[in-house]
Amino acid sequence: MRFLLDTEQRAFAGSLDAMLTAADTPSVVRDWSRGDHAKGRALWSRVAGAGVFALAVPEEYEGVGRLPLDLAVAFVELGRHAVPGPLVETVTAAALLSELGDPAPAKRLLPALASGESMATVARRGSYALDGDAVAVRLSLTDGEVRLSPGHGPVRASLDPARRRTHLHPGGELLATAPPFATALLWARLATAAQALGVGLALLDRTVAYVRQRTQFGVPIGSFQAVKHRLADAKVALEFARPLVLGAAATLDPADVAAAKVTACEAAYTTARTALQLHGAIGYTAEYDLSLWLTKARALRTAWGTPGECRAVVVSG
Amino acid sequence: MDLTNSPADEAFRAEARAWLDAHVPAEPLPSLETEEGFAAHRAWEAELAADRWSVVSWPEEFGGRGADVFRWLVFEEEYYAAGAPGRVGQNGISLLAPTLFEHGTEEQRARVLPSMATGETVWAQAWSEPEAGSDLASLTSRAVRTDGGWLLSGQKTWSSRAAFADRAFGLFRSEPGTPRPHQGLTYLMFDLHAPGVTVRPIGRLDGKPAFAELFLDEVLVPDEDVIGEPGQGWRIAMSTTAEERGLTLRSPGRFLAAADRLAALWREGGEDPFTRDRVADALIGARAYQLFTYAAASRSAAGERLGPESSLNKVFWSEYDIALHETALDLLGEEGESADTGWSESYVFSLAGPVYAGTNEIQRDIIAERLLGLPRGRR
Repeated sequence: MRFLLDTEQRAFAGSLDAMLTAADTPSVVRDWSRGDHAKGRALWSRVAGAGVFALAVPEEYEGVGRLPLDLAVAFVELGRHAVPGPLVETVTAAALLSELGDPAPAKRLLPALASGESMATVARRGSYALDGDAVAVRLSLTDGEVRLSPGHGPVRASLDPARRRTHLHPGGELLATAPPFATALLWARLATAAQALGVGLALLDRTVAYVRQRTQFGVPIGSFQAVKHRLADAKVALEFARPLVLGAAATLDPADVAAAKVTACEAAYTTARTALQLHGAIGYTAEYDLSLWLTKARALRTAWGTPGECRAVVVSG
Repeated sequence: MDLTNSPADEAFRAEARAWLDAHVPAEPLPSLETEEGFAAHRAWEAELAADRWSVVSWPEEFGGRGADVFRWLVFEEEYYAAGAPGRVGQNGISLLAPTLFEHGTEEQRARVLPSMATGETVWAQAWSEPEAGSDLASLTSRAVRTDGGWLLSGQKTWSSRAAFADRAFGLFRSEPGTPRPHQGLTYLMFDLHAPGVTVRPIGRLDGKPAFAELFLDEVLVPDEDVIGEPGQGWRIAMSTTAEERGLTLRSPGRFLAAADRLAALWREGGEDPFTRDRVADALIGARAYQLFTYAAASRSAAGERLGPESSLNKVFWSEYDIALHETALDLLGEEGESADTGWSESYVFSLAGPVYAGTNEIQRDIIAERLLGLPRGRR
């Protein structure tokens, strides 16, 4: 028993954090939200270059093997920096393609996902696909089939402007029948949980910094107990979500993954509500960068499984 | 990262499970907070101790098995999964014993620990006073130097288990007028039956005498019952409370077992859809607490000192415990109001969680100031 990240995993998180801090992600997010993908693609290449997507791709398809724990570590950092794009969906597509009965689609599509040369999205019929307008690989899941969708519909605005969702056109090349959706869903939920945890951690950090410097009645508002206790509760929620996320990555047990998903997303959302309240009116503006995390915390709650769906998995597990 | 127990720990688990299967009483013991129940729980401690299961984490010479924290966690999982009785010796085992291991003398350990392990001596804590609760350092009970020892005078209150316990431990002001209230305090052990001690039991919410007031009038305590240096009591008490509260005050095994019982209750009752999410949250919370504890234990095993993060732990389990019990009582419907169900006593006990061992308001102040770095302010 040793439930701790090792030195390399912590160094990996640290190097991603440093790289993303230097990348000025807020301006990337704002461009992406307008449909200008140039900066986002450049950032995507750097994330891929750091090896993030290869963590979801087996070695025979030019990945580094499937390492869910390292992937979760990376997604916490991607969430912390509000990195835009179909991050979870690319990982989910990789999980799906890795486990098709026929290795040909994996051989054809996975190396480019691992290297960051292409992005992927994936959706079940009738559901939205994130960033369908930005990606080369659109996997459309229908009853017992996975197809390479030929195109996408118009972008449907999200409460998180950086999440540009589209429907996928029906038809297209049939890649496989009986796709392993349950496995793909585990990876989707795990990555979303880790991303949400990162979003929550960033919201907490930013709010702590704000209440330390914001002065009212002659003292920092962070010295008031009413403020402290809300932040303490956010800290408790996030610190108990963290071991669930890492534990789910270690076991990939469906109940563990569902528990991590609902808990991390709710912790992030609780933290978002606290962040909004403690920032006051400035937090309620689109122009202030806090909004990039606030809106994402709301969107991730229902992405790849609502709180109710996840809890249903837990009680049946 | 490795979430599996070693084969040796699993063998230990099997041994513990077999022993518990053979020994846990088929019928629950009477309430620990009654005279009859206290005696029954004391006898259970002796039964545990006879086969060295009462203090598995202690060294063998004091009746333990030298279990490290991971093995202790395994024991606790099995203990509560087996539905074994509450531990009447908990105060002594989880608060006084660690203090003695770190700050006591060899003579004190040899004298105090064996009878604690068997339940022959049950210990009560004597921290709070009528005017010193959250602001514990403002306590005024005195320890006055006398020939060969100290004379204790003053009033302690909310002293858990003291109605039926044998001895108590706590902090006393041995140097009046120090510049700061945390200075000049001494950590002492004393006999609850000594001349000058009056114990007045207090009924908790359900009327059972779960705690007591202690009136002390020049109670003579010999020097051998001072722990550490006189005047250093605050530092000594705090050095173990943070560490111990973080890991061992409430084991995950307790909540894993309670959440499983709750899920079973929900299933037996036909899987009420309105309660499903709360049952799920009980299962999730128990898993989160287990994994959080594994992480803390792993850091501790790697040589990291656990400090203020124990406050996260205290807030989490105390709020969690109440929510779990409220869900159980709601599921029971009108039976939930009854005072003698398998959930009623533990519900009443859970209500005290956010108050004792440092209120959750104090814990949130600690989280905000020491973990998040917010400025100190008025309480």
